[in-house]
Amino acid sequence: MITWRGFLKRFLSDPVAIGAGVVLLILVLMALFAPVLAPQNPYDLMQLDIMNSELPPSWKPGGDEQFLLGTDAQGRGVLSTIMYGTGISLLIGIGAVIVQGILGVTLGLIAGYKGGWIDSFLMRLADIQMSLSTLMIAIIALALFQAAFDANVYADYAIIMLILIIGIAEWPKFARTVRSSVLGEKNKEYVDAARVIGLPARKVMWGHILPNTLTPVLVISTIQVAEAIMTEAALSFLGLGMPVDRPSLGSLIRSGFEFVFSGQYWITFYPALVLIALVLALNLLGDWLRDVLNPKLRRGDD
Amino acid sequence: MHIIAFLIRRALQAVIVMFVISLIGFSIQGNLGDPLRELVGQSVSEAERQLLRDELGLNDPFLIQYARFLGNALQGDLGTSYFFKRPALDVIMDKFPATLELVIGATFIFLALSIPGGIYCAINRDKWIAKTIMTGSIIGISVPVFLTAIFLVWIFGVELQWLPAFGRGDTVEMPWGWDTGFLTLDGLAHLLLPSIALSSIMLPLFIRLIRAEMMEAMGTDYVRFARAKGLSTRRVRYVHAFRNTLLPVVTVGGLMIGTLIAYTILTETVFQWPGMGFLFLEAVNRVDTPLIIAYIIVVGLIFVVVNTIVDFVYTLINPMVKLPGAKS
Repeated sequence: MITWRGFLKRFLSDPVAIGAGVVLLILVLMALFAPVLAPQNPYDLMQLDIMNSELPPSWKPGGDEQFLLGTDAQGRGVLSTIMYGTGISLLIGIGAVIVQGILGVTLGLIAGYKGGWIDSFLMRLADIQMSLSTLMIAIIALALFQAAFDANVYADYAIIMLILIIGIAEWPKFARTVRSSVLGEKNKEYVDAARVIGLPARKVMWGHILPNTLTPVLVISTIQVAEAIMTEAALSFLGLGMPVDRPSLGSLIRSGFEFVFSGQYWITFYPALVLIALVLALNLLGDWLRDVLNPKLRRGDD
Repeated sequence: MHIIAFLIRRALQAVIVMFVISLIGFSIQGNLGDPLRELVGQSVSEAERQLLRDELGLNDPFLIQYARFLGNALQGDLGTSYFFKRPALDVIMDKFPATLELVIGATFIFLALSIPGGIYCAINRDKWIAKTIMTGSIIGISVPVFLTAIFLVWIFGVELQWLPAFGRGDTVEMPWGWDTGFLTLDGLAHLLLPSIALSSIMLPLFIRLIRAEMMEAMGTDYVRFARAKGLSTRRVRYVHAFRNTLLPVVTVGGLMIGTLIAYTILTETVFQWPGMGFLFLEAVNRVDTPLIIAYIIVVGLIFVVVNTIVDFVYTLINPMVKLPGAKS
């Protein structure tokens, strides 16, 4: 374990980490304060004017300085939709990872601490789940969800469904990591001591072992937020994620895609740039965290 | 002996997975939309409807209906597409060649680039080219496949107009009813961009994997021993060390099949590639339930079969790896 001071020092001596951190901070602030910062509320129909549709970025001929990055087919400013859309993407990404974390950490703790058939059952389940590919499960689940409910119901619950589906499909990553940490911790003296003084298993697991497994959980969480944002973007691009009236970065890209063919690249291009920047920053930070906190963990090596 | 036990266990697992998929598929089919309405429309009276329901067996208990569904599925009948008015399996099989050719094209590209790339990065760890490739790979991991695809369409299809941006181009019918785009120049030109897009998701992962495994292999006693025997560096690297990286590559490659299928849907959507994935999304938009279910079952089957084959290959090469250098 390293101290906060050491942690900060290593962070400040790594230009890649600083760069990624700054980009992430800017994007998070931009999304948080979208209602204040955005030049326009893209979901307020009163503020939209169809005459403004498909305007190029303001520095191009025909651009309007009111819309820095141009407008989409409904006259919404691309910059404003990006600010709001980044918020939705982040919300789903973080929400999904919280679900993954709660499920994965709980099951991983139980599997590692109890051992025996519970452990083998949970780990076989994790094997099968891992081999099915989250995106595939999510595509199928959402396709069926969309077929079962009408468009309005679907639009209302899309965000919750996305969080739940991406969250549930990815629990094995957390469960496996926590389980292996638990296996390493559970025979240590402090655990024996806690057991000897008569603490119930539940308390030993949650109060004593869990805090010592949190470092790898933090590392995985960062990369998992990036993965969840990518998965959500892919699903929204397919039309299986967020509806058009509350778009995430993925559905913004989708809504501009057909315009690429007629030269209006900016409707897709700028949201795409933000999506890549967001995911890249999270991935770089995750890799950096892993190098600093736990050099033994390796990416994609489960 | 335990290879056989292992295979039996895997086969059993495969059957269970398929059973679960079919059960999910069936219960959804029963709950999504009324097949009767799709068949006869509104004009039929309630009494006739009941008669038809009896005839079609829609009033039978769940288990009997499921058994019938399973029996039909085993005979290759996965229901009739509402939209195409043809057996769903036939509709899917028509599109299968297009998807398979896309996957073959992508596999060819990422293997041809990731194997030399990964080996190079493992051997020349500190050279700037290796560092650039590694940096590029983390950027590559962060770019979703549909953005790569859109970017390729935009640059090479729209701006430069070097390559066709969508569709499959000319195909030639093979004697066994397989339409292939491999044999025409136009078909190959159409295949190029989608294949690059699809391979872009696997490429960075495989470069990293091969690099990591190769670096590990180069440090083993087995490789040191080969080197001490005076074998050429080239032989040690490419024959002895590289062989040890094959196992994880095969395993991960097999595990990736589910991912590949999902990314095929995305790639096919961008390029309007007339394959199974594009068909599936169209079926979703049309709420063509039988076609959706049939797709899930076919994809599940492909997945289970490939996974089982990968496990089989894994057990075949495993003993060789456990006895490093025993032969020489």
